[in-house]
Amino acid sequence: MVHKVVVTGIGATTPLGGDSKSTWKALLAGESGVSTLSQDWVAKYELPVTFAAQAKVPAKEMLTPQEAKRLDPSSQFALVSAREAWLDAGSPAVSPERLAVEYATGIGGIWTLLDAYDTLKERGPRRVLPMTVPMLMANGPAAAIGMELHARAGVRTAVSACASGTEAIANAFNRIRDGEVDIVVAGGAEAAIHPLPIAAFAAMHALSKRNDDPAGASRPYDTQRDGFVMGEGAGTLILESEEHAKARGAKIYAEVVGASVTSDAHHITAPDPEGTAAARAMLGALEQADSSIQDVAHINAHATSTPVGDIAEYQALKRVFGEKLSSIPVSATKASTGHLLGGAGAIEAIFTVLALHEKTAPPTINLENQDPEIKLDVVVNPRKLEGSNILAITNSFGFGGHNAVVAFRSVE
Amino acid sequence: MSLSAAEVLSGLAEIVNDETGIATDAVQLDKSFTDDLDIDSISMMTIVVNAEDKFDVKIPDDEVKNLLTVGDAVNYITKAQG
Repeated sequence: MVHKVVVTGIGATTPLGGDSKSTWKALLAGESGVSTLSQDWVAKYELPVTFAAQAKVPAKEMLTPQEAKRLDPSSQFALVSAREAWLDAGSPAVSPERLAVEYATGIGGIWTLLDAYDTLKERGPRRVLPMTVPMLMANGPAAAIGMELHARAGVRTAVSACASGTEAIANAFNRIRDGEVDIVVAGGAEAAIHPLPIAAFAAMHALSKRNDDPAGASRPYDTQRDGFVMGEGAGTLILESEEHAKARGAKIYAEVVGASVTSDAHHITAPDPEGTAAARAMLGALEQADSSIQDVAHINAHATSTPVGDIAEYQALKRVFGEKLSSIPVSATKASTGHLLGGAGAIEAIFTVLALHEKTAPPTINLENQDPEIKLDVVVNPRKLEGSNILAITNSFGFGGHNAVVAFRSVE
Repeated sequence: MSLSAAEVLSGLAEIVNDETGIATDAVQLDKSFTDDLDIDSISMMTIVVNAEDKFDVKIPDDEVKNLLTVGDAVNYITKAQG
């Protein structure tokens, strides 16, 4: 038996706001979460990129000092957003054996790792804290949430670079659909605004270098786009079987109707220019949703604002939607949030869910001159989504050739 | 100049509070780190390293297992300051 899966709670801490409500409000208002970094290490290392999308509210301000001390910033963001989502879902009563966590990071606890290495070099091995390993491991955020909520049906971590968050939601969807569990706390977190990842991403020419105009730097589909903007934060969705949600009278944001994960096996960082596998992921999600391309009313694109990536995704979209594509409103929300790497898919899933719930597609800021090669109907001002039981998809792609797509349907 | 046992206790209580959130006035000489204060081995190692820094003493790993109570630790540190 296949179980219907619904979203009953959301939580987020992002460059736009310390929770999901303020984030969504700022997104609809066309705000940018990107700004110049004030940390002394920017000048110290003469970083070629001097801005990023930092979390609006530092996570440790929302935790006790002891909690913060034992968690890498990525896990701090994860726990803050998971608490919001769990509360939003009404703190459901569920058997621990039927509660799972699927929580992603792209990089893991990189602040902890690199701080500990500095400590080792400067002060020796005895000063390396015993919490270093559990804090740096990529499954740290998932483990922190699992411990807090007593989830005993499996706590897992998808690690597939910038597709991680969406892959975690896909995994969560499948576990509930298959009847293994009743509720999954799903999402992704990242906290990698550190000089090393900035230097490394800059070395591969992946980052925007628009240092004199940080708020305008993330500009998907614009002719002047020159790379992505690093972001940090986390997003969490409470996924629940429909029968479990209805039995407890839970509020339902949207239904999760399909998910698909594919891989390019083309190049370690460059997307397949044909977009074959990315297209297959979209079609796979629609097939699982028992839907056709005609049903899709909104797309939250991966659209990181890199010259190559935005085109490659467009090719994949064209492959899937053909003529229909020109009539589907597409939002590229990284324009406002920057790129949260392993957290990106999670917050964009939340945006997709809210777009369906409120029947409003969020805007794509900074689009001044749309790339003539990318003939999409890009949403630049919040736009009403018409119809009932409409479908929306969210795309995520990651270094390594990872493609992950989740499809949601509005619940009236 | 070495500190008195009372001063060591007060300094140690601050370290314990900083690591675990346990109120400083709950950190008393007769309290067991594990049984009374519920401090796990990971926190204990962090407390030991921070105490070494604060009181400028060495507490070898072999010695840590003998420091069962707050009083044991205070005695050891007071003597080790020498």
